[in-house]
Amino acid sequence: MAAINREQVAHLATLAHIEMSDDELDRMATELAVIVDSVKSVSEAAGDDVPATSHPIPLTNVMRDDVVGHVLTAEEALSGAPDAQDGRFKVPAILEES
Amino acid sequence: MNAHELIRSSAAVMAAKLASGEITSVELVQAHLDRIAAVDGGDRGVNAFLHVNTEEALAVAADVDARRARGGSDARELHELAGVPIAVKDLIVTIGQPTTAGSKILEGWMSPYDATVVKKLRAARMPILGKTNLDEFAMGSSTEHSAYGPTRNPWDLDRIPGGSGGGSAAAVAAFEAPLALGTDTGGSIRQPGAVTGTVGVKPTYGAVSRYGAIAMASSLDQIGPVSRTVLDSALLQEVIGGHDPQDSTSLTDPSTGLADAARLGNVKGMKIGIIKELHGEGYQAGVENRFNESLELLRGAGAEIVEVSCPNFGYALGAYYLIMPSEASSNLAKFDGVRFGMRKLPAEGPPTIERVMAATRAAGFGDEVKRRIILGTYALSAGYYDAYYGSAQKVRTLIQRDFAAAFAQVDVLISPTSPTTAFKLGEKLNDPLAMYLNDVATIPANLAGVPGLTLPGGLADEDGLPVGIQLLAPAREDARLYRVGAVLESLLEAQWGGPILDQAPALAQTAAKEAK
Repeated sequence: MAAINREQVAHLATLAHIEMSDDELDRMATELAVIVDSVKSVSEAAGDDVPATSHPIPLTNVMRDDVVGHVLTAEEALSGAPDAQDGRFKVPAILEES
Repeated sequence: MNAHELIRSSAAVMAAKLASGEITSVELVQAHLDRIAAVDGGDRGVNAFLHVNTEEALAVAADVDARRARGGSDARELHELAGVPIAVKDLIVTIGQPTTAGSKILEGWMSPYDATVVKKLRAARMPILGKTNLDEFAMGSSTEHSAYGPTRNPWDLDRIPGGSGGGSAAAVAAFEAPLALGTDTGGSIRQPGAVTGTVGVKPTYGAVSRYGAIAMASSLDQIGPVSRTVLDSALLQEVIGGHDPQDSTSLTDPSTGLADAARLGNVKGMKIGIIKELHGEGYQAGVENRFNESLELLRGAGAEIVEVSCPNFGYALGAYYLIMPSEASSNLAKFDGVRFGMRKLPAEGPPTIERVMAATRAAGFGDEVKRRIILGTYALSAGYYDAYYGSAQKVRTLIQRDFAAAFAQVDVLISPTSPTTAFKLGEKLNDPLAMYLNDVATIPANLAGVPGLTLPGGLADEDGLPVGIQLLAPAREDARLYRVGAVLESLLEAQWGGPILDQAPALAQTAAKEAK
């Protein structure tokens, strides 16, 4: 497996929606390279015949009756939002032009 | 009993004194609020609390006292722990108190709902003293990644209290609270317990509802008790445990009879397994010595000690540092500057939603959180998914098989909880990999979903700091941890002549805790 580099970190930061300065990218790339190197043995641990485990205690098809329970009111749901209007979250412009 | 003695009692003793009318809950809560005011604030304070819930805690206490005074069904229906105060890790949401997750991005945020465990504390009428400090979003092993300053270890104020739940463990160790709630994703209840000389339990995955715990890694996270005695943790797990329809991973058949198991205290004929891979090389000499001493005590009490091997545990840390960041990168996507918490506009250019999101997350998240989000995004990205996330999930299967093979031979497993005692504040802050190694003995339990308990095993010879002993049991067999833990605790305390925290240095009075 290839080591993680600065360009990749910059791309990942864009995907993860985190603005990063040049200094931060340099530092993050160095630190992550060490971490990735330390975990790479994981890919050699298990053979193809080993199934993956996504959940520690297997549970399947957890169902409930289709009844409306207690839910947050619009007011409660909006109470912690940085901006709201007319009972809705208010977001900045979606497109570049406003 | 004066206030000094009172706050040093176990929760079970406090509960008995409340029931007998020897003390009132208002007195008990006030004694803890006074203790918090005395030792938690200022530059050299413990800093276990991010928020102190004075008014509500006293009101709940007064209500319990009034019910008890009235007698009749009002008094009879009170829960055993009614009136005994508790602290709550600030990763768990509460109505009426801010929830920050130790992050700037949630500074001042008020949850519109209570976590299920908080509802259960309220139903049991346990006054909530406040919210405890943690590494930001529970990411760390020292509480130094909190955006609100580190918590200090009551045994030595220049050392870390462990993490991420350093605040809960330190509050209990410093007698600021008899009980606390923690969360454990890779050791965040158990490692702080080990380095502060307290008890902490990560229950079986699903035994306690996660509804209202701000998620880091959903397949690993578990809420659990923090206390000074094994019985107290058992009593608290009985309060917070049980099935919850609001958490679809909640078990319908969790372990019961936990407090009874702690009171039973008998290991005669039990088989206890030492995990070959979880001691020896890489473990501090003083940790190893105390561990061996505990084995001797258990052997003396009639347990059979055997060695078992879990050959894949060597891959656990690596698998954990792929699975946890992967899940965290997804869980933390909701902090987008739209639904809750802070919003920051970009320094220049048009404030479109994507740019606002990126600026908000850059300003709101600390370095460790960013590091894990980027690492997780990497492990899940096209071209790397199979090699990283996919392989880590296979390792998870191998870890589960190791546990299954081990538990076919023994009833419980035992190891040191943490390879070292508490290190100095700042010592590992700039070396993420060294920090991650603190969790090497606690992570396997999270990957497999099995329960784990830490209890104090004494003080290391070389530095006089607490050492933790970890017990592990099969899924749904949490009761075994309490049974064996209570035996070992009583044998050790007989040797020490009392609880280990009697040997902790007295804390100096600090400047009053500022309201935050």
